[in-house]
Amino acid sequence: MSKNSEFVKFDNVDKSYDGKILVVKGLKLDIAEGEFVTMLGPSGSGKTTCLMMLAGFETPTHGEIYLDGNAISNIPPHKRGIGMVFQNYALFPHMTVYENLAFPLRVRKIPKDEADKKIDKALSMVALQGFEARMPMQLSGGQQQRVAVARSLVFDPQVVLMDEPLGALDKNLRESMQYEIKHIHESIGVTVVYVTHDQTEALTMSNRIAVFNDGKVQQLSSPDELYERPVNSFVAGFIGENNIFDGIVSDISGDTCKVKLNNGTEILANPISVKAKGEKTTVSLRPERALINPKDKMDNNHKGKIEEVIYHGDHTRVRINLLGNDQFILKIPNSTSNLDIKLGNDINVGWNSKDSRALDPK
Amino acid sequence: MSTEQILSSDGIPLEVSLKKAERRNKIRAVLLVAPLFLFILIIYVFPIGEMLFRSIDDRKISGMLPKTFTAMEKWDAKDLPKEPVYAALYEDLSYLKENKTYGQIIARLNYEKSGFSSLIKKTVRKLNKFEQGNYKEQFIEVHKRWGQMEFMGALKNTAPAWSYAKYLKGVDLKFNQEREIVQVPEDRRIHKILWMRTINVAFWVTIFCFVLAYPIAHLLATLPMKYSNLLMICVLLPFWTSLLVRTSSWMVLLQQQGPINDLIVLLGFAANDNRPELMYNVIGTFVAMTQILLPFMVLPLYSVMKTISPSLMRAGKSLGGTPLISFYKIYFPLTVPGIGAGCLLVFILSIGYYITPALVGGASGSLISNTIAYHMKSSLDWAFASALGAMLLVGVLTIYWIYNKLVGIDNIKLG
Repeated sequence: MSKNSEFVKFDNVDKSYDGKILVVKGLKLDIAEGEFVTMLGPSGSGKTTCLMMLAGFETPTHGEIYLDGNAISNIPPHKRGIGMVFQNYALFPHMTVYENLAFPLRVRKIPKDEADKKIDKALSMVALQGFEARMPMQLSGGQQQRVAVARSLVFDPQVVLMDEPLGALDKNLRESMQYEIKHIHESIGVTVVYVTHDQTEALTMSNRIAVFNDGKVQQLSSPDELYERPVNSFVAGFIGENNIFDGIVSDISGDTCKVKLNNGTEILANPISVKAKGEKTTVSLRPERALINPKDKMDNNHKGKIEEVIYHGDHTRVRINLLGNDQFILKIPNSTSNLDIKLGNDINVGWNSKDSRALDPK
Repeated sequence: MSTEQILSSDGIPLEVSLKKAERRNKIRAVLLVAPLFLFILIIYVFPIGEMLFRSIDDRKISGMLPKTFTAMEKWDAKDLPKEPVYAALYEDLSYLKENKTYGQIIARLNYEKSGFSSLIKKTVRKLNKFEQGNYKEQFIEVHKRWGQMEFMGALKNTAPAWSYAKYLKGVDLKFNQEREIVQVPEDRRIHKILWMRTINVAFWVTIFCFVLAYPIAHLLATLPMKYSNLLMICVLLPFWTSLLVRTSSWMVLLQQQGPINDLIVLLGFAANDNRPELMYNVIGTFVAMTQILLPFMVLPLYSVMKTISPSLMRAGKSLGGTPLISFYKIYFPLTVPGIGAGCLLVFILSIGYYITPALVGGASGSLISNTIAYHMKSSLDWAFASALGAMLLVGVLTIYWIYNKLVGIDNIKLG
């Protein structure tokens, strides 16, 4: 059976709450069957609104959403068959774990013995067998969260939506839950649409990530693609750490360009969104792509002054004043090679021009 | 090993040092609570207790006719009493006449049986003409009622220092001459009607308040702040207006030539010369009390609904529950503590409501509280008024107890 690559489809969707501001602008997004897609973005970027439109709690102002080829804008939420995990879990506090899980099965009039099997299967999936008779208040945050996940899956929905489900958990629990949810997704192959503002979470869990800003999808691609090859300066700045240089394109030829910085120095960069000489640009460079005193020949090589050294255990973070940017960050892996990293020292920093991406100006 | 005493580092048992450490806080707490406690004791517990005490206190008359009642102890009340009772009565009445205090027993005896007033007055007037011995005949000569079992029996019935006769009266029962509990004559059975009407009104007012308040409270809890604040002011506005003013404005609205009647006539529901009576009957009581007690239902409901996360209803819908099922299975059960608190509050308030039924209730809309007020202010039968008050209190406590059994008082939320 071939998988539908447009299982969930946002077709030119606009959404406005007050008739003045568009929260979502002309959204186009296709999600394949069985895919784990994360909507990532700062708060107010429209990602939760998209999720709510998909769930049916908000109606698009314009455009249409399709689920498995069918337009769903006029279908009420309870008929969409979409499971949902809420930020605060939204477990029914007056029902036991069993009753919480039985709710979606009861409203579908599934016979009791069949329902019991489904509930048992769902609870075993989240390793919570034996907790059937507990009330939600008697469970820890992580357990409540797992019940919420089990409840959203127990009625075999086509799509499961998760709205920052790990937001309320502490760091360690959050990390182990990320893997748990990822494994559940892999084992049952349900389509998951996940919303978060935590980029680590998004990078860890997703097949593809849609980075939202200002009501638009800035980039939709796999985690590595997103990190290695951001298409604009927002994505570059939002995902991971990022060193930037503002300047003007002074020369462009093929896959390299020269960018003249504000202090007059020229650097070589990879032209991504610049086309012609004279354009303003922001050059983005990942900290781990720049090396100190590189042995191999690199086409960018500049001197900088160490401003700050912070020990991080597995790596050392060095802040350098380089080419007029005093926020230039380097990450030096903790290895036996001793570099002379002392506050105030002048050092050589080198990087390849293909790693410094000339993007749209900020 | 659990019995082994744990010592703190300086060798004093841990429990002792803990108590010592906590003592200051405890004293401070007691001192903080003390003024309020005394205040409640002095202005609430003591007067109410004193009032309730009156309802069973019948010592006054037994103190004024001590010899008579002592003599009556041997009397079986089957036939007219013998000479010693009359002799004792003569002594008691002579003493009362000397001190000019016989007026006080007249009122009490007249409650017991009407006719005592003239009987005592006439007897006292002629008391100085009495001769030594054979008092029975002389008493009967002065007034034939002294020779009637009804009066002598009634007199004996007033003898006990403590009496629950007022409570019997409150449910239209009384003692007959043989001290058996019987119903009062049919044309005087008014209290049962009043009790039933009071409970009926309280019940329906509670239902009306609930039906009106639930959607309002839901709106309050779910609307955006901007609108919910405005709505909240509308709900609270009646609180800031005098109860009397509110009730009077209902009188303006409900009167036969008032705007509501005008509207009814205008819409053709009634002819102009046959305007319905909306006031001075039970309809007026219902309408005005529902409006006045509505906030007491809205506020507990609101405070509970405010705590229910809107995502619960969304979760219910996303899991496949229709809005109706989601409401019935998820939202409604979670509001039960608020419903309980609101209903209990409104019911208890309306069961003892006074001003509104007094003003708009008329004869057919007056409640037990109006009767209490009548006996406090007009008939001055404070004992009966406090007996009715005590019965009301017991009624309220019973409701509270039933509620606790059914729902559990821990489940109540007043905000």
